[in-house]
Amino acid sequence: MTDERLQEVSKFRRALIRPELGASMGTILVFVFFLLIAGNSGMFAPQGIENWSVVSAQFAVLAVGACLLMIAGEFDLSLGSMIGFSGTVIAILAVQWGWPVWAAIITSFAVCIVIGAMNGFLVIRTGLPSFIVTLASLYILRGLTIWLSILTTRQTIIGGVKEAAEGDWLAPLFGGKILTGFFTWMGQNGWIATFAQGQKAGQPVIAGVSMLIVWAIVLVVGGHLVLTRTRFGNWIFAAGGDPVAARYVGVPVNRVKVLMFMFTAFCACVFASCQVMEFGSAAADRGLLKEFEAIICVVIGGALLTGGYGSVIGAALGALIFGVVQQGLFFSGAESSLFRVFLGTILILAVILNTYIRRMITGER
Amino acid sequence: MSSYDQNPIIEMVDIRKQFGPVIALNKVSFDVRPGECHCLLGDNGAGKSTFIKTMAGVHKPTTGEIRFQGAPMSFGSPRDAMEAGIATVYQDLAMIPLMSVARNFWMGREPQRRIGPLRFMDMKHANDVTMEEMRRMGINLREPGQAVGTLSGGERQTVAIARAVYFGAKVLILDEPTSALGVRQTANVLATIDKVRKKGIGVVFITHNVRHALAVGDRFTVLNRGKTLGTAVRGQITPEELQDLMAGGQELAALEGSLGGTV
Ligand SMILES: Nc1ncnc2c1ncn2[C@@H]1O[C@H](COP(=O)(O)OP(=O)(O)O)[C@@H](O)[C@H]1O
Ligand SMILES: [Mg+2]
Repeated sequence: MTDERLQEVSKFRRALIRPELGASMGTILVFVFFLLIAGNSGMFAPQGIENWSVVSAQFAVLAVGACLLMIAGEFDLSLGSMIGFSGTVIAILAVQWGWPVWAAIITSFAVCIVIGAMNGFLVIRTGLPSFIVTLASLYILRGLTIWLSILTTRQTIIGGVKEAAEGDWLAPLFGGKILTGFFTWMGQNGWIATFAQGQKAGQPVIAGVSMLIVWAIVLVVGGHLVLTRTRFGNWIFAAGGDPVAARYVGVPVNRVKVLMFMFTAFCACVFASCQVMEFGSAAADRGLLKEFEAIICVVIGGALLTGGYGSVIGAALGALIFGVVQQGLFFSGAESSLFRVFLGTILILAVILNTYIRRMITGER
Repeated sequence: MSSYDQNPIIEMVDIRKQFGPVIALNKVSFDVRPGECHCLLGDNGAGKSTFIKTMAGVHKPTTGEIRFQGAPMSFGSPRDAMEAGIATVYQDLAMIPLMSVARNFWMGREPQRRIGPLRFMDMKHANDVTMEEMRRMGINLREPGQAVGTLSGGERQTVAIARAVYFGAKVLILDEPTSALGVRQTANVLATIDKVRKKGIGVVFITHNVRHALAVGDRFTVLNRGKTLGTAVRGQITPEELQDLMAGGQELAALEGSLGGTV
């Protein structure tokens, strides 16, 4: 009883109908655009590439968490506050209390993941929309962060983390760089530019690949594999697609959702730890609006706000678009406020395209 | 009806179910034998869904006994009932439109494959089995990755049935599988019911359409306001009698008079 009318959908069209379609097109468009208008501005020289890839990696780390959570049918608006909180906890413990940095980082991760689990439990137990529950956490966590910071240090910016992290075994996992030997070697061979003078004379302009990029790649690849290739990934789709139907066939929907809240908190901590190690300081207002930026990346990447559908690769492309445009406008000397205009526009376009794709998939009108 | 001589897989004896003051079921008895299609008929609100939910472990009967393969049984949850081999396809199907047919088919029971210390979902096996099982039910999928949302109502019903059969159902309960379907889709689902029955599975087919019931049913039990007037065997009851029982006799007779026998 196959419906012969379905045969008319061409193979080509079917191949296109994927969650990543919009984001792939957007990525190509954005690169072509900036190659044209900012091609000789240094944006595509090694330092320029490093610049926008680090920014994109920041978005990507958050987007992976937000993406899996959104596919599981929930939001976490406390993501940005969690970043400020996590960083501040690390700084207070390491600088103010003199803990070893590794202990401070691990503690911060543990506390944040527990808070993520609490978000999840509240959503599950109360049956309230996660939008409301995590909006409350957004305020509570931000307030707590500022209060804690002022209470312990009488200021909202805590410095001195770099000194404290000297010789620590865990800190380089977030603040370090890899392939430094390779870049030095490339510099010696004249393949990438080296500093001509000053303290760093002779060293390559790029010391190595920062750990943030490594984290982004690991999280994107890992997240993609888990989502598309494992039983748990099927449960993530099911939990967001229709929790009642999923429960009926034995999918532990509550467990899946709570785990995704915890994973989002984990991603926020990765972001915060990398930032604290890079800047050498924590600030209570860090991560402002990051929850929305992460959601925008995810939506550009083809996920449905209603859950049950999306792609980690798409979200990563969304993060790449985000980073390239933000830095590209800077390189091309455009008014930076235009970035917001761009964001709003691309968000609307992405949602319209995604709605269309969803209709193609489900055949609904 | 060879199945009529066999022992029932599941027997429901004098089931009573009360929701607060509402008596949804009042001493209903019912059984299902291997390879038969036992139709449960009744008007809206008669208690059909409540009854099969009691059979499927969703509700506990207030009083009454459930015997599964001869032994008294009390299902603690739908999961227990499912594991014992009682599969239910509810009106809303438990299908996720955005997910592919294969992912829906295996949802909750995904096959796995080890690669080193990691376990991945065995997509190839999942896809192959899904295609094959659907083909057996008479549906040729374009590809296993096709979203359930693109299937027609009857095809979705068939996916749900194929899934239950593949995972070893002994009793398959179908709650109004044809009520939302057109003529052709209905015929397809009825044909699927027939295929399932021939595998030796006991089918409980709920409907309020006498013609659908008579097309595939071996036995018929009519529920009326939570009560049953007994079970009839195929050939021993006419469509008119069934229709009368469903509506509570006299009322329909009166109605039929005024409508000129079109009901
Ligand atoms: N969970 C419940 N709580 C209270 N009353 C219920 C519940 N489920 C069903 N009922 C009542 O039981 C009666 C039978 O309903 P149902 O089994 O859904 O009928 P049917 O499926 O035959 O249309 C209805 O009057 C309904 O209101
Ligand atoms: Mg019903």
